[in-house]
Amino acid sequence: MAFSSTLRGERFVFPNLGDLFAKANEEKSGDQLAGIAATSERQRVAAKMALAEVTLREIVEQPLIEPAVDDVSRRILEQLDQTAFAEISSLTLGEFRDRLLAGDYAGDALTTLQRGITPEIAAGLVKLMSNKDLILAASTIRNITRCRNTVGEPGVLAIRVQPNHPADDVAGILLSAIDGLTFGCGDAVIGVNPAGDSVEGVSAILHGLDRLITTLEIPTQHCCLAHITTQLAALKRGAPIDLLFQSVAGTQAANSSFGVSLSLLEEGRQQVLEHHHSRDMAWVGDDLMYFETGQGSALSADAHHGLDQLTLEARAYGVARQFQPFLVNSVVGFIGPEYLADERQIIRAGLEDHFMGKLLGLPMGCDVCYTNHADADQNSADNLLVLLTAAGCNYFMGVPCSDDVMLNYQSTSYHDAASMRRLFGLRPAPEFAAWMERRGAKDLLKLAEPVFRMTKHE
Amino acid sequence: MANEIQNTRTAGLIEQIRARTPARILVPRAGISYATDTQLKLRGDHAVALDAVHQELDTFLEYGLSPGSLFEVMSAAYSKKEYLLRPDLGRILSEDACREIVPRCPRGRDVQFVIGDGLSALAVERQVPAILPRLTELAAKMEWTLGQPFVVRYCRVGIINDIGRLLEPNVVVLLIGERPGLATSESLSAYLAFRPRPGHTDAQRNLISNIHARGIPPLLAAERIILAISRMLSAQSSGVGIDISGPEPLPLPPPKL
Repeated sequence: MAFSSTLRGERFVFPNLGDLFAKANEEKSGDQLAGIAATSERQRVAAKMALAEVTLREIVEQPLIEPAVDDVSRRILEQLDQTAFAEISSLTLGEFRDRLLAGDYAGDALTTLQRGITPEIAAGLVKLMSNKDLILAASTIRNITRCRNTVGEPGVLAIRVQPNHPADDVAGILLSAIDGLTFGCGDAVIGVNPAGDSVEGVSAILHGLDRLITTLEIPTQHCCLAHITTQLAALKRGAPIDLLFQSVAGTQAANSSFGVSLSLLEEGRQQVLEHHHSRDMAWVGDDLMYFETGQGSALSADAHHGLDQLTLEARAYGVARQFQPFLVNSVVGFIGPEYLADERQIIRAGLEDHFMGKLLGLPMGCDVCYTNHADADQNSADNLLVLLTAAGCNYFMGVPCSDDVMLNYQSTSYHDAASMRRLFGLRPAPEFAAWMERRGAKDLLKLAEPVFRMTKHE
Repeated sequence: MANEIQNTRTAGLIEQIRARTPARILVPRAGISYATDTQLKLRGDHAVALDAVHQELDTFLEYGLSPGSLFEVMSAAYSKKEYLLRPDLGRILSEDACREIVPRCPRGRDVQFVIGDGLSALAVERQVPAILPRLTELAAKMEWTLGQPFVVRYCRVGIINDIGRLLEPNVVVLLIGERPGLATSESLSAYLAFRPRPGHTDAQRNLISNIHARGIPPLLAAERIILAISRMLSAQSSGVGIDISGPEPLPLPPPKL
């Protein structure tokens, strides 16, 4: 079915919904690389105009990827809450945007509605919104999750301590984590990207992080961001797992290129849930998955089905929300300039990802970052960090001086986190804040000495 | 006095802690911000990385070989900017390049060395003059037949497939600049593939990365590359399933910035 609109007397036709979605996107180098982007600014806006007239029912009835060939499409349709959807199905995307920004769906009304919104609806909506719209609309949505503490409440900004080490030296990792704790970071998770993917190495990191948390009695959770199968193998050999991590994408083929399937994710979650209940520990809640995503990952795996990267990212959130995650973040500048060319595109994508995730009910954080071959720098990261804090982002990364010495990219730092909390009057997660007051976390020696004793013979 | 002892003890502990990781931990603060030194060091390290990404290959470099023994061609990308935004173009040779390579390079040799700028021309400038003469010397000792080496501007790793298609050597070794990090912008990678052809992926390649003075020194890397080539030639294969590790483990990344 074709769509059309007229801008100042010039008529634009879009042969199908997928093409309309792609042309209506803000400029992204990844959509240009895929050969599906708007070829003029007039065409881009004409596509937005035509898209604003499409009803939500039309979007649900015309799947952008056939359910027959893609399990993500199937799952999205199966899980759609028909009662919630019936409330909005006759609205056009333009009308839906207006109601959302007018505050018609605040609080409980939105929570009910979230399961009636498909990822494609969220993606279409975003194409009609300005950066400020994305910030304003997201700021009213609070998606709260619980594991060993509580993240996402109003007035809270959590931080992941990311103490990566190029040789996976456990003592180096733990000491680096302590630096973050002294800044009040680490309430979202103390999460390590391992340099190697061996079960032994990952187990050693998990045991080390667990000892750190136990020794200092920190109300937080740990994670080692290896492949899910490596983490589960470590679990089998007795390593403790708080959060189970996996990168996910918006198509079955892209997930398959990551070596995962929906059933593997569900099986992993069940195993770790049983493991939690077997540990002698007071869990605040059962949210235990940690997902990372990013625009461009499906195209990069040649698994994009001709769709734009924003829509595919929304579908990745459709995957994530099947599994009751504790944390979800896009890694927004990591993929490189062929997908997000510069500061403007990275900032736009960061705001889009955060809003879409929040609208779909996810506890969205963001890895605000860039690589050295993108046209961006730390000032760009500062800008997006401030914008996303204003938007009510659940958490950010805390990397020592923003320089990740293992992954070789720049993110945000402990200093940046402290600055955002001060600027916006935000606190760490409540259980963690109480711990900081008890421990006097500002005293470095008090924290570092027991850990240094514990690790110096390793 | 008590304060001094405490301060010395703190300083000692901080030194011990910082020796365990190259991460920039326990840096001085100005309130909750970086102290000026830290701020400018970060900017300086990023500046070096940025300039390395945008630096053009120096056509006049001889890479340690005798004058005139190398020639240069271009991938299908026509500028650095296009190269950065269109990785697909960096993975194929331009038509001009193919026309130049075919008459100048013998086909079907045992080993074909190729040099590509990748994301750091600086890495090529710093490491290739040391590693390439050593590679040709060691390869000659192995009595392998060698192709005519050449340089590809705006080069991505996937160009290995196009070279395999054009020249049909047994092994292609691509020496290519890695994406600069803040710690170093001079790191080179060697990608190796047995009879590469269009459609092959990283799963069919082997990699020796982190080649620079504080990583794997170029002369040691040359020995590892030769070892890997000989394993590939005897296995008649490359990639997953080919063990290219040597008798000694390779040095870990530098412990300290």
